[in-house]
Order: sequence, then C-alpha cells, then structure tokens
Amino acid sequence: MLALADVTFGYDARAVVRGVSLTVARGELVALVGPNGAGKTTVARLAAGLVPPRTGTARIDGRDPATTARREVAQRLAYLPQRYELAFPFTALEVVMMGRYARQRGPGLDSAADEAAARAALARCDVAALAERRFDALSGGERRRVVLAQALCQGAEAIILDEPTAALDPAHAIAVAQALADERARGAAVLIVTHDLDLAARYADRIVAMADGAVVADAAPATVLADARVQAAFGVTLHVGALPGGERFVVAR
Amino acid sequence: MSFVGGGARLTRARWTLYLTVGVIGLAVILLLAPLVGPGAHGRGVALMSPRAVWGDGIDATIFWHVRLPRTLAAALVGAALAAAGCAFQAVLRNPLAEPFTLGVSSGASLAAVIAIRLGVASVAGTAGVGAAAVIGAIAAVALVWQLGRVGSTLPPATLVLAGVTVSMFCGAAALVVQATADFAEMSRMLRWMMGGLEWTQLTTVARALPPLVLGAAVLVWLGRDLNALAAGPEAAASVGVAVGRTQTLAFAAASLLVGTSIAIAGPIGFVGLIVPHALRATVGPDHRVLLPMSLLGGAALVVGCDTIARVLGQLPVGVVTALAGGPFFLVLLVRGKRTSALWRSE
Repeated sequence: MLALADVTFGYDARAVVRGVSLTVARGELVALVGPNGAGKTTVARLAAGLVPPRTGTARIDGRDPATTARREVAQRLAYLPQRYELAFPFTALEVVMMGRYARQRGPGLDSAADEAAARAALARCDVAALAERRFDALSGGERRRVVLAQALCQGAEAIILDEPTAALDPAHAIAVAQALADERARGAAVLIVTHDLDLAARYADRIVAMADGAVVADAAPATVLADARVQAAFGVTLHVGALPGGERFVVAR
Repeated sequence: MSFVGGGARLTRARWTLYLTVGVIGLAVILLLAPLVGPGAHGRGVALMSPRAVWGDGIDATIFWHVRLPRTLAAALVGAALAAAGCAFQAVLRNPLAEPFTLGVSSGASLAAVIAIRLGVASVAGTAGVGAAAVIGAIAAVALVWQLGRVGSTLPPATLVLAGVTVSMFCGAAALVVQATADFAEMSRMLRWMMGGLEWTQLTTVARALPPLVLGAAVLVWLGRDLNALAAGPEAAASVGVAVGRTQTLAFAAASLLVGTSIAIAGPIGFVGLIVPHALRATVGPDHRVLLPMSLLGGAALVVGCDTIARVLGQLPVGVVTALAGGPFFLVLLVRGKRTSALWRSE
C-alpha cells in the first residue's frame, strides 16, 4: 500500500534521507523509530507524497503521488503531521470535518453524513465533548486527539501519523494505539513515527529503525529492539520484557 | 499569535440567515445612500425625496448621473477590497495581510502612474490606466510572494516585510515618475492616487463588473479550500487540497479584484483589513460564509463611507474609510482583548 524504494532526500547539499526503502502492506502497522534528527519525519512526508524524493520512488497504492491529484491521494491516505496549528478560530468539529474534503465536491456546505462521520471520529478519539470548542483553546493533548480524529474521519486505506501519542497521557496514548490497531484490523496500512518504544513494541507488526538518515533495522519488534546497531543508534541499552499477559514493554538504560 | 473569535459551526440555517441579513442590509444602504447628500449651502444633511428621483428636475439628474454611479462604484470597490483582504489573510495565514500591507495597492498605483505618464490615458482612456493598474497589482503580488517565500513556506514576518518594502519602493518610484510629468499629467496622477469616486460614470461600473464578478466567484468557489489552508499548506495537502493551484487561483483572483477596484477609485485603505476581521469575529472563520459576507460588508462599508465623504464636502472616500475604520478596528481590538475574543497570544 505504501512503498518507498531507495529514496534519498536532502536540503541543499545536506542529505537527510539516504537510500531508504520501506513498505507497509494493508492490514499492517509499522512503527518508524530512531533518535532525534534521524530523518523519520522526512521519511513520513516522503511516504505521504508531500515532498518528492531526489532519487528513488514513492508509491501510494501503486501510484506516484507526484503525478496523482492530491484529492485522489487523500482518498487513499491520511497524514497526521507532527505540528498542527490553525490560523483561524475553527471549532474541533470543523477541524475534523476538514478531513472530509477529499470526499466532497465544489463549494457547498457539509452534509449530514459528513457531520456524522466527523462526530463518530471525535467519539473514537474521546473528544466528542469538545466538538463545539475552539481548537486553539484546547490543550496540547486534546488538539492531538482532534487532529487524529480528522485523520480517521478521512476514511483512507492508509494512515501515516507523525508522533500520534506525543503530549498524550498514558490512558489516551493507549486508547489512540488501540484505535490504530482497530484501523489495521479493518485492513488499513498504518505507519507511525514514534519515540514511544513501548507502544511500538506492543502494537507494531514491524519496527523500522533509522539512524542518520538511513534504515538500520527492519524486522519484528523484538528483533529490532535487541539489535546492537539500533541500541548504538539510540545510545542506550534497551531491555525488552513481557507482562504476564504477553504484552511487551521496553526499558532504556 | 493566532486569531480567535467566531461561533458555532456553519449550518445551512446559519449560512442562510447571515446571507439574508447581509443582502437586506446592503440593499437598504444602496437604496438610501444615493438619496443622501449635503444640505443647502453645503451644511447639514439633506434627504432627497424618492418621488423627485422619477421626475425630470435637477434632483433626478443628480440621482441618476452622479450619485447612483458613484454609489454602485463604491459598492463594487468595497466588495472587491474586502473579499481580496479576506482571501490574502486566508492563503497567507496572516492577519495583517491586505492589499496595502502586501504592496498590491502601491504596485497598482505605480503601474497606473506610469501608464498616465506614457500617455495611455489619451490613447486608451481610463480603461487603459485601469488595465495597467490590474497588471501592476498582479506583478506586485508575484514579487512579494517571491521575496517573502522561504523554501515552500510564506512566513508572516518575511511576507509583511517584503510587502512593506515593495510598497515603499513603488511609492517612491511613483513619485519619481510624477516628477518627470507635465502639469496636466501630474494633476491626473494626483487625482487618481488620492482615490475617489467623484467622476465615476455608469459605463465605468459596467466595465468593471465582469472582472469583479469573475474574481469574486473564484474566491467564493475556493471557500472550502481556504478553510483547509488555515492549518498550513502541508495539512491542507494531506486532506486533498491542491495547494499550489488554490494559492495561485486565490492570488490571481484577489489581485484582479484589487487591481480593478484601484482602476475605479484609486487606492482605498483599511477596507481589506477591517471588514474580514470584524466579520470573522461575528459570523465565524468558515470562508464559505466569510467570503460572501465580506463582499456584502465591504460594499456596505465603502458605500457608507462614501456617503459621509459626500456629505462632508467631497472628501476622498479613502480618507473616510481610514478615519472611520481605524477607530472601529481599535474598538474591536480592545473589546477582543478584554474578552479574549479577537486575539490570542501563544
């Protein structure tokens, strides 16, 4: 569903992403991890077709995003950026309804179906009560969940989320991870950029670890987290344990 | 800093209510304005009898040949400037964006002054000068856009700096052109740069109508896209907006509106800034209602200001929009600060 093949990207002479290949199939949840500045966000933007690679190819459902209408891309792919700031005072519900753009035509108002989809997405992210509140008056964690609701409301077959659980309390981080697992269960391809290694270990089918613009490991969570190159990239020793129920957790030392 | 205010979500009922109130309000102002004029010996206010309009006396001549064209032109100019300001603010995500701060008005003025100096007015009449103003407006926007851009983004600070720089340069260049002009040209330039609707004829209004309708229709059509752009180009693209096309169309349409309005009335300030801000705090930020309401509100404001200008003794309308608009905006700002309904610092 999502595919990057030998992709490079950089700003001026500086290479930020070097020879990255990455695939996310339908019904798969992949976590992209790595230390700060490893190039994760750039890879997410490349995979979302928001920036064109210098070399290599990016494909979304087999299509080149550079030559596909943005509306068509958005019908297949939802992207949650790391930062989301509004210039004007829209409410949470209005922000979520912007996610319906790709399924609407012309300059008209939103339909009852659009509103129902938006309210359902708000409820899934536990922010239904904030629907009529102004987005920029919400806390950081509440805003994050509203924007996640926008991504879910898009009804796409692939979702890329850049740090979806940043600024969330543990209960809401787990709820968001569960919502993403539900998306995977309905057949969506999910790619998350995260620093939350516990979440990656518990929910991801695969972890792709990056360092210095390149992929250093791409395998099952337990394998990647035990990989010496990954631990060297993070500059810590990672200890992976399991709760009695089998859920993995990670401690960094 | 971000802008806050507004209210509940835009429903069909709210959209209809706002537009109905706006249309009725503007209709009342348009009907009353041409009947209002200075009193005897230039003192006080005199209201013309509606019956006199249908007679064949001097009142009918004043109504049909002087005040009506002027009122209609004021409405078109106000609608164009307010809608353009609203669009610039949306595309640039910048509350300070408006034709003046972006240098569009100065660019249009410089082009018009050059056209007068080159004798375009004597060859192609005011229409030629107007066309030059439109080209100048579009060129200024393109220049400011290029200068203000950092990579693929348009940071508000660099954009306003670029706008102010282009504005000052065009202003100075216009003065240089004026210095080389003869007396007749200079008087034409001065009259034009002061802005005003005193010499407007119905043919001017008719000529300006097609580009204004086209520009306004494009902006209203883009309402949903402009909403999504409030979160920035990348977030808008991720929900499906063709960002480059939307920005280009919105800039072109807004420049066409500004250029055409400057061609009719010369540069008129403040309208593009205060009308969208005041309405955003009243009807909310959704551009599907904010843009049509800006068209109506801008028209009402400039017609009202022009009427005051006529009653006060043929002042340029731009003087009244600035004198009336400035305090009005300050009241909004102070009230908004108290209730945190206008500005919010983060």
